[in-house]
Amino acid sequence: MSVFSLPAVQAILPQLMSIAWGIGKALIVLFGVVICGAYMSLVERRVLGLWQDRYGPNRVGPFGLFQLVADMLKIFFKEDWIPPFADKFLFVLAPLVAMGTMILAFMVIPVTPDLGVADLNIGVLFFMAMAGLAVYAVLLGGYASGNKYALLGVARSAAQSLSYEVFLGLSMMGVVARAGSFDLRTIVLSQQGLWNIIPQFFGFIAFLIAGIAVVHRHPFDQPEAEQELADGYHIEYGGMKWGMFFVGEYVGIILISAMIVTLFFGGWLGPFSVVPPFVWFALKTGAFMLFFILIRASVPRPRYDQVMILSWQYLLPLTLVNLIITGAVLLWVGGAA
Amino acid sequence: MRALVQYCVNLKGLCVGAVTQVRTIGMVFLHAARKRQTLLYPEEKPDLAPRYRGRPVLTRDPNGVERCVGCGLCAVVCPVDCIALQQEERESGQWFAKFFRLNMSRCVFCGLCEEACPTSAIQLTPDFELGEYRREDLVLEKEDLLISGTGKDHSYSFRTHIGRASAEFGAQWAEGDDAPQSPVDTRSLLP
Amino acid sequence: MLFSFYIPALVALAGALGAVLEHRPVRALLNLVASLLAIAVVFYGLGAPFAAALEVIVYAGAVMVLFVFVVMMLNLPHEHSGKRSWKSPIIWGFPLCLAVMLFVCLSDLLLERGHVGLLLGNGQQAPEQVGLLLFGPYILLVELAAFLLLAALIVASHIGKRSDDIAASPILREPSFINEIVSQGQSEAEEVHSAARCEMKEEASS
Repeated sequence: MSVFSLPAVQAILPQLMSIAWGIGKALIVLFGVVICGAYMSLVERRVLGLWQDRYGPNRVGPFGLFQLVADMLKIFFKEDWIPPFADKFLFVLAPLVAMGTMILAFMVIPVTPDLGVADLNIGVLFFMAMAGLAVYAVLLGGYASGNKYALLGVARSAAQSLSYEVFLGLSMMGVVARAGSFDLRTIVLSQQGLWNIIPQFFGFIAFLIAGIAVVHRHPFDQPEAEQELADGYHIEYGGMKWGMFFVGEYVGIILISAMIVTLFFGGWLGPFSVVPPFVWFALKTGAFMLFFILIRASVPRPRYDQVMILSWQYLLPLTLVNLIITGAVLLWVGGAA
Repeated sequence: MRALVQYCVNLKGLCVGAVTQVRTIGMVFLHAARKRQTLLYPEEKPDLAPRYRGRPVLTRDPNGVERCVGCGLCAVVCPVDCIALQQEERESGQWFAKFFRLNMSRCVFCGLCEEACPTSAIQLTPDFELGEYRREDLVLEKEDLLISGTGKDHSYSFRTHIGRASAEFGAQWAEGDDAPQSPVDTRSLLP
Repeated sequence: MLFSFYIPALVALAGALGAVLEHRPVRALLNLVASLLAIAVVFYGLGAPFAAALEVIVYAGAVMVLFVFVVMMLNLPHEHSGKRSWKSPIIWGFPLCLAVMLFVCLSDLLLERGHVGLLLGNGQQAPEQVGLLLFGPYILLVELAAFLLLAALIVASHIGKRSDDIAASPILREPSFINEIVSQGQSEAEEVHSAARCEMKEEASS
């Protein structure tokens, strides 16, 4: 009667269904992340206003909820301008890299037991790889702009991102050693009973700071530093290309929050079985996203040499000591058992 | 060894600094429960001081006669040269401004004209809603500037003060007003 | 499965060619980055995800960033005289001969071993196995590499210091401190080694 009743089709139908469901899950995560990233621009302004005793945008729609629509309309109708002195190909490529790497890194985040794009057995390393490639966005954007402020931003960004990626990786290794796997789903499951925040507290501190620095978010926004560099590497950008940098930064915040929750706060795990796992994950991630905004509202930007000294002289030894102690404790416990 | 000691001192400073940063973060977090400092402007109007320097107006004296005598001191003192006026004399000998033009697109609301005015005619008022859709509308003529009240200075009448009764210039006396004072002896040292 | 090998392999070749033929330095380096990323995909297709991740993190993500950064800072002009000389066959003839010889050797090996497709789908090498290999049979190489890196670190720190700083700093003046660092590095390597061994034990038990 229909195509679905043919035996050959029925044989491959379950496979087709699973493929479609896989693509569907990927699309759910993709759109969820991008919409959340775009809405972060509103949430950030409202919440910053809350902490600075003012209101923030509250005119368009109830509580200013449609401000995003107004912003998008404005940004879409802006002239898509490329400076004549710019390297055109790289100038267009850079925002794509900025947004693309951050969204790709979301691939390995296990949102709930069922939802999640891919279960790579090298999930943590994939996150590291994407964080490493995200440097190119700043690098290419700043270089292609042909602007001296942009180049200064690039100089800061290259040094800062490379330094902080070193112990971004090292701070995760304690968690990896406890779970015995690079797979983020296994890491979440290994935290049943005890979240990693307690045994891996110093790893958490280092990861928090490194995460902020790697997505160059306040107070480690040295590459863009509005007050000194007049927006640094994206000084020549406008319109939707700038918007992609912007959404990329917010997706980066969501990514780091989700990674913190996955690695140190038990992912979707939560005390009450009535509450669905997605709610736990969303609650914890949202709390960390708000925490990043709170940090922006309260902590001043350190000087550039202070940023470097903090990373190499204090946080790198901290993570190494943390890793050694974790290894020793694991060996001791493992030896006893 | 000395470097190690220095490192430990720096580490202690870092820890103290971290604690103060956490305290800052906590204090900023508590600001969420505070009252907002800003007003939702078009619905809530700000409470401006009476001496707020906003829209300039030309006032009348208590008798309802316009105070401006067209002396031109405001135009002289204006740092951005936004006032233009022309003095003229009525047949009764009364001075007035034939035209008084104030370019609001130049005005910086410094209030020097108000200070310079000997008759308290030009005054700045607490009104800041000055927007116009056409640029030409920002040039205010005398009929735009002139108000029917006395502004901030309710009792002062220049002509009464110098003893030139307004009646002799044909103005009406308001009910209950006193007769003109005696002329000021400008040669005495007393005020 | 074969597509996942041949397509990134072609991309890697194209990127390498672009790196050689492109006369704008930054573009040439970016071609090289694309080539490295394609090689990472090839590794992944061959069942070595750990090597693929390291390729991206270390080569594409860190080493090439520094290359690109330095080239950007040098601000080389777009046209330079070297562009024309590449067209003379004497310049590219010799490397081409070398490359052809390598290719012949490689294809001989591959043909002896069989079709490339046999290499694919041999199952994945998990990161644990790589760690066990590194800290098992190849422990000496790992330690040597660690020593080399440590030496490079100390030299870089020494060069980076100003001379008056060296006179003032006991870290750089006293060799005993360096010995301390070296021994610390050894103990760290042992820690990692033992952690890997622990993992191996856990796996064996499970």
